[in-house]
Amino acid sequence: MNLSATDLCLTVDGVDHLRKVTATFEPGRLHTVIGRTMAGKTTLLRALAGLQKVDSGSLTRAGADFLRTPVWRRDTAMVYQQFINYPHLNVFDNVAFPLKRAGLSRDEIRRRVRQSLASVGLADFEQRKPSQLSGGQQQRVAMARALARETGILLLDEPLANLDYKLREQLRDEFKALFSDQGDTIVIYTTTEPAEAMMLGDVVLVMHEGRILQTGTPQEVYERPATTTVASIINDPPMNVFTGRLEGGQVTVAGFQATHVSPHLADLPDGAYRFGLRATDVSLAAGGVEGEVTFVEISGSETFVHVAVGESPFVVQIEGIHDVALGDLVKLRLRPDRLFAFDEQGSLVRTPSYDLASVEGR
Amino acid sequence: MRSRLYPVFKYTVIALWACFVAGPFFWAMTTSFKNANAVQGGPTYLPWAQYEPTLTGWRNIFGGAGGVDVIDPFVNSAIVTLAASAISLALGSLAAYALSRYRFRLGFIKNSDIVFFFVSQRIMPPVVLVIPFFYLLQWGGLLDTIPGLVIVTVALLLPIAVWVMVDFFNGIPREIDEMAMLDGCPPFQAFVRAILPNSLPGLTVAAMFCAVFGWNDFFFAFRLTFTEVQTLPQAVVALNSSIPPWWTLSAAALFGVAPLILLALWVERLLSKGNLSGAVR
Repeated sequence: MNLSATDLCLTVDGVDHLRKVTATFEPGRLHTVIGRTMAGKTTLLRALAGLQKVDSGSLTRAGADFLRTPVWRRDTAMVYQQFINYPHLNVFDNVAFPLKRAGLSRDEIRRRVRQSLASVGLADFEQRKPSQLSGGQQQRVAMARALARETGILLLDEPLANLDYKLREQLRDEFKALFSDQGDTIVIYTTTEPAEAMMLGDVVLVMHEGRILQTGTPQEVYERPATTTVASIINDPPMNVFTGRLEGGQVTVAGFQATHVSPHLADLPDGAYRFGLRATDVSLAAGGVEGEVTFVEISGSETFVHVAVGESPFVVQIEGIHDVALGDLVKLRLRPDRLFAFDEQGSLVRTPSYDLASVEGR
Repeated sequence: MRSRLYPVFKYTVIALWACFVAGPFFWAMTTSFKNANAVQGGPTYLPWAQYEPTLTGWRNIFGGAGGVDVIDPFVNSAIVTLAASAISLALGSLAAYALSRYRFRLGFIKNSDIVFFFVSQRIMPPVVLVIPFFYLLQWGGLLDTIPGLVIVTVALLLPIAVWVMVDFFNGIPREIDEMAMLDGCPPFQAFVRAILPNSLPGLTVAAMFCAVFGWNDFFFAFRLTFTEVQTLPQAVVALNSSIPPWWTLSAAALFGVAPLILLALWVERLLSKGNLSGAVR
């Protein structure tokens, strides 16, 4: 009962929304699609749901052509980023709406509505109208309606994006539990947040400018990003990607001797590379690469210092609050053992702990 | 200073406007209870004190000697208005939904052009429309009949219904239709089950416009009916003669606008109770 997309393409008004998207979604697994805004995530979900026609490509469900199946027979539930419920129906009737369309018996409808409302913690809100609920509660109603149907495919389009940060964390934890007993359902969940993608996903698909750049387990994608773009999307703050020269295992950035010899890079031929380094693996130090502070974000437990080194912007993540002024000249120490090396086109050449040969899904 | 004087200013303006609106009604009301002497004897306003009220005018319009019976024209008007409004709302909201949700293209013609085409029907002066209507009804054998008048009135009301409803449907998130389809409704069912129940405010406003325009139509009824069918505005005009019976005319005019006043009050109450707002957030 796999859902397989092959070479899905869509261009609207000269803008490519989907470029040869090929992916297989398996029952009983949660697939997270991560990408920045406008990466094509929503378009992909809408195409899978049948709400968006594609220009070319194929879509099959259990081997049968799915593109010809009309939306109302696709056995697909969807939760939108906006909280979409039927405004004229109360919470109970909202959840019961699709069940009535499916022609279930009254008792079965009542049982399923009660059960799914209980699972999202809204058992006492049956008689309320959506407009009388908070944003988080409205989104739970939408979740309950999607879950109660027990569909073969469940699509969630950034369901937490419009919620405040506390609620987002809470619902994310609840989702993890809700999804874990979804049986044979294909769950596809889009997000812009690396933490969400990795925490929820059995499989992570990294999407950028209408393409799927990499597919793998959260660990695979995180530890072996296929390209610099993936590396930057899958890390928060985005992985620092900069151009440098490698000579005898030593990295030079913008004329500065940046590191000692990195053993895992020592056997690579000398030359120009692009390097990736997570924000936690850069620190402010007395010596090293010099740059100018362009921006400072203080979150409390962490300080993010943005530093321009020549043409390359760096983000340095340091614990605690640090008093750094804009325009200061600072020195950066790069951890040589944590460097990712990419070729000049941005494809992964070497990871800190793995070799390219074992990278899957490229 | 502004805050002190502002309420005074505000209520003065509102009071003046209220007089301006209510004045003619008051005038018609007093006149309808006067006789010839009281009307011709200069302006008087207070019954008993300034003139002796009589029911002559009101008797005349309900079949009294020298008047007409307004009941039949009233029923005709009601049938034409209700039927034409209902048909216009039904067809209009279907057309409006299609125009709001689907993209049509025929050469350079797009959705907005189609909407403009609908609305533009009301830009043409009625006198231009009445000639083709006359020939069409004559060809169909519908001159001087209620169905004929209903068809013509639908043609006049449909643009209003489409225009109001397109605007309203555009305000309802598309995701609601999509969700209904995902939830198992084919498109028409999605419209009926998910969109229409949330369109009550728009439908009410469109219905009110239709009712007012339909009820008040004089020109088309005047030109397209002769002896068999007479609508209320025609009946009122027919009361006129070389010496205008002002009392009878006033009574007939008040009787004619009464349904619209009741309708306006009812819609106003719906609005103030909030039954129409907040259907869609």
